[in-house]
Order: sequence, then C-alpha cells, then structure tokens
Amino acid sequence: MNSKFAKKYRFLAYLLIAPSIIIVTTFLIYPSLQSLYLSFFRSTPFGNRVIYVGFENFQRLLSSPAYWNSLTRSLVFTAVTVFISIASALILAVVTNKKIRGAKIYKSLLIWPFAFSFAFSGIIWGVLLHPNVGLMSYYIELLTTFEFNWINNGTAAFILIIIASSWRMLGYNFIFFIAALQNVSPELLEAADIDGATPVTKFWKITFPLISPITFFLLIMNTLQVFFLTFGVVDVLTQGGPARATDIVTYKLFRDAFLSMRTGYASAQSIILFVFVAVVTIIQFKYAGEKVFYQ
Amino acid sequence: MKRKKSTTIFIHLFLIISVILVSFPIIYAFMVSTLNVNEVYSSPPKLQFGDNMLNNYREAWQRSNMSKLLFNSAFISIVTAVGKIILSLSAAFAFVYFGDFPGKNLLFVMILITHMLPLPIRIVPTYQLMDNLGWLDTYYALTIPFFASATGVLLFKQFYMTVPESLLEASLMDGITPMRFLWSILIPLSKSNIVALFTIEFIWVWNQYLWPLVTTNSARVRVVQIGLKMLIPSDAQPEWNVIMAALIIGVIPPLLVYLTLQKSLVEGFAMQQDK
Repeated sequence: MNSKFAKKYRFLAYLLIAPSIIIVTTFLIYPSLQSLYLSFFRSTPFGNRVIYVGFENFQRLLSSPAYWNSLTRSLVFTAVTVFISIASALILAVVTNKKIRGAKIYKSLLIWPFAFSFAFSGIIWGVLLHPNVGLMSYYIELLTTFEFNWINNGTAAFILIIIASSWRMLGYNFIFFIAALQNVSPELLEAADIDGATPVTKFWKITFPLISPITFFLLIMNTLQVFFLTFGVVDVLTQGGPARATDIVTYKLFRDAFLSMRTGYASAQSIILFVFVAVVTIIQFKYAGEKVFYQ
Repeated sequence: MKRKKSTTIFIHLFLIISVILVSFPIIYAFMVSTLNVNEVYSSPPKLQFGDNMLNNYREAWQRSNMSKLLFNSAFISIVTAVGKIILSLSAAFAFVYFGDFPGKNLLFVMILITHMLPLPIRIVPTYQLMDNLGWLDTYYALTIPFFASATGVLLFKQFYMTVPESLLEASLMDGITPMRFLWSILIPLSKSNIVALFTIEFIWVWNQYLWPLVTTNSARVRVVQIGLKMLIPSDAQPEWNVIMAALIIGVIPPLLVYLTLQKSLVEGFAMQQDK
C-alpha cells in the first residue's frame, strides 16, 4: 500500500497497537519467561521458599518413565486423532460439495459437533460407551464379545478419548473444507469430466492441489488444538487413568502444578511443551509462510 | 453433465449414514435427558425417549445453579469476544494504514508470538500473577488476559490489504481523519469478518475449560463447563439423565450463536482464502 496517513498521526498508530501489546506482554510473554525461570528452581515442601537446582527438573523429567509415558501417549493420541478428523472431514466435505439435492441440509447437520466443548464431547461419548449404562458398549459386547470398559481398561480409555476428540474436531475441519471448496471452480471440474476423468483422478489432480494449503493449515491447527485441549476430555472422564493410560502431558502438568504444587517441576514440563509448539510453528512457517489463523 | 442414477443414490446413502453417525451422540444425549434414573441403568440400555424430561431439566437447572452458570459463561464470552475484536481491529488498522514507523515489525512479531504461547506453557506464572493481582475467582481473570488476538490481527490485516487503495486516496483528498476512516469506512466493510471472529471467539471462550478450572472456585463466577463437571460425583452412581439435561442446556447458547451466524461465518472464511 502506497497511500497512508500523514506522519503527524504516527502517535495514533502506536496508541492503537498499545492495548494489544500491553496484554501480550503482561499475560503471555512475561509469564512464559517466568516459566523458564521457575523451571530451574524447586519449591520446598511448604511452598514458602524456592531453591535453585539448575537443570535438575529437566533431568528428572527426562529420566522419568511416567513422563515418557505421557509424552508418547500424547503424541500417538494427537497423530491418530488429527488423521481421523481431517480425513473424514475432507471426505464428507468433498461429497457434500457435489451438486446433489439437500446438500445444504447435509452440511448443516454435519457441523454441529463444533459447538460442543471437548469436555462435553467427552461426557457424551463416555456415556455412550459406558460399561454400565452405555448403549454402544452394550452392543459392541453383544456383537464382538469384547468388553469395552474404559473405567478399568487402559486401551479402551485411550480409544475413548480419541473418539471424543475426533468427533469434536470433525465439525471444525468440515467448516474449513467447505469454505475452501467454494473456491474450486466448477468449470475446471466439468472440463475434466469432458476429458473423461474419473472422480478419483479429479480429486487428486484438481481438487486436492487447490485445497492443500488449507489442509496443511488444518494439520498444524489440529495438532496444537488436540494436543492442548483434550485436557477437558481427560479431566471429566478418566483423570489420567486407568493405570496412567490417558495421562497426557497437559493433564500431568496440571496435576504436578495444582495438585502436588511442584511448581518448578511443572514449569519444566511447560518448557518441554514450548519446544513442541516451536517445532510445529517452524514447520508451519517453513512450508506455508504467513497465513490467516483460526484458533 | 449427467451422473448415473445409482451413483446419486449411493451418495445420498453415504451422506445419510454419515449424518446419523455424526448426529447420533447428540440425539442420544437428548434421549438420556428424558429418561428416569431406573431407565438409565436398565439393561439392555434404552434407545427411546422417556417421560421424565421436565423433571430432569428442572433438577439440572436447580442443582447446578444453571441461571448463574449461563450468565457467567455468556458474560465472559461476549466481553472477551468484543475485547478481542476491538483490540485486533485497531492494531491491524495501525499496521496497514500508517506506512513504516519505527518498531513496526517488532510490535507485529510480538503479537504473532502469542500463537506460540498456549496456556499450558505459562500456566503456573499466569496463575501466580492472577493471585498477586487479586484476580483469582473474578471475571477479570476470565476475560482480560485473553483480549489480545494474533488471529484477529492477521484476519483484519489481510482483509484491509484487499480493500482498494483508491478508497483511502479519495478519503485523504477529502481530508478525512484516521479514526473517521476506520469508523465510517473500514468497520462497515469488515462486517462479515467481525461476525466470523465473534462466532469463533464466543464459542472458544464458552468452551474454555482449563483456565476457569484453575482460577475459579466460587459459584459466583463459575462457568457452564465447570458446573457440569461438578454434577458428576466421583464416589456415587452419576445421574446421567440429569447430567445430560444440564449438558443440553449448556450447549444451546454456542449452538444458537453458531447457527444464526453460520452464513456470514462461511462467507468470512471463503473471503480469506481468495487472497
């Protein structure tokens, strides 16, 4: 943009940016630096004093099987959930985007999960698959003799949080894909039809390349959201159990920070989570540059 | 072009099954909210509507102090969404329409960096800060720390850059002041972006869980998400019918916001992807 307001208004520019900067500095940047600082300290059992311990918190974390358990489970959980929710949302968006009757109705019936929180999604699926009252778990057992008991069985609990989170993310991803598909020109697809392209070829050669930026963007956003927000599902349903099967990193951090009051140890975990976010962000900027984000 | 009839039927069949799969949990939650407690615990589990709906909803409303929960959630969601919109709209305006001023890039990066600092990364110090400020268990803690938005600044910045430059040129010729230009020209043009951001942020704040869990304690500021969790007893058999009734009540506001604003939301998104 070449035209701009005169220099005498420059103070106004600073004034307009100031509120955002004040909030960001006070509640985001400063506390994050403090997390780093605290990660080098240990609080005394009564919490009245802190002792400098260097890298001890990190050493303890990285040599703790419980932490590696949390980390691996979080990564596996995130990867599976992101894959399921993006793939199914993409398929549904492509199919509802075809010229069919009632496409609008289908679309509006597929986006509702977006309005539900992770905690709400967790409660609904927890009841559907509940060993005592669940309709689905009852029929699963009847048909396969497999007892889906997420209260006693770690694997079942792990699958449950994957289902609850995938369902919630499906609605979110579906909205973005629908918006992106509106920009795929129908003429292009019709031209391909005339040339005798099959639906599968059309998808991979025309549609997918056109929506790959949004797919990549969703991949990044989903990874961060699922990694951090599944806390709600775990807290209402399993509290990390059974046998630590759903003790994802954010839940462990919460327990250490607010239930055991080990602030230094928890802060060190925060820093490890920051490393994860930093890696994801670097990948994003490397391959996509500056794009519009949505939380 | 024509599609084979069998393909069309197959597409409809596929979509109907998908819609059922996606919506079923919600319908089921609603069904459970109409049963009485014996029906909930009966075997085989019931897939039907009961006649205990009114009792369950009344019970849920009273037991969870629902009117207070709804008020608190709505209040913090609206305040935060509006705060974010005002702050990001202003900042984006400054970044686009005032040329290069010293520190511009640094300030922009500082706002962008918020994306790399989700709550768990700074939860202990931010909690301590709330404690020092005396903000624990108040609306302040639930709103003010969330007023800055990298998403919002990027969204409005990108939009402003698509606004034809001739508009500013003509306005400058008329000797318009910056605030006047923002208020009477840019903001009306940004309507669908504002609506999109409001929807996203409202639902986002409404569904927030971790932060209210650690910073609030009293019923005075308790939000829907936490109130619902407190309906689930850890030692007794939960009354799932009452819990589901509370859940259905608690999801209506974000659902309504979403459904009424859905159209502009999709338009707002589509516009972003043009450029």
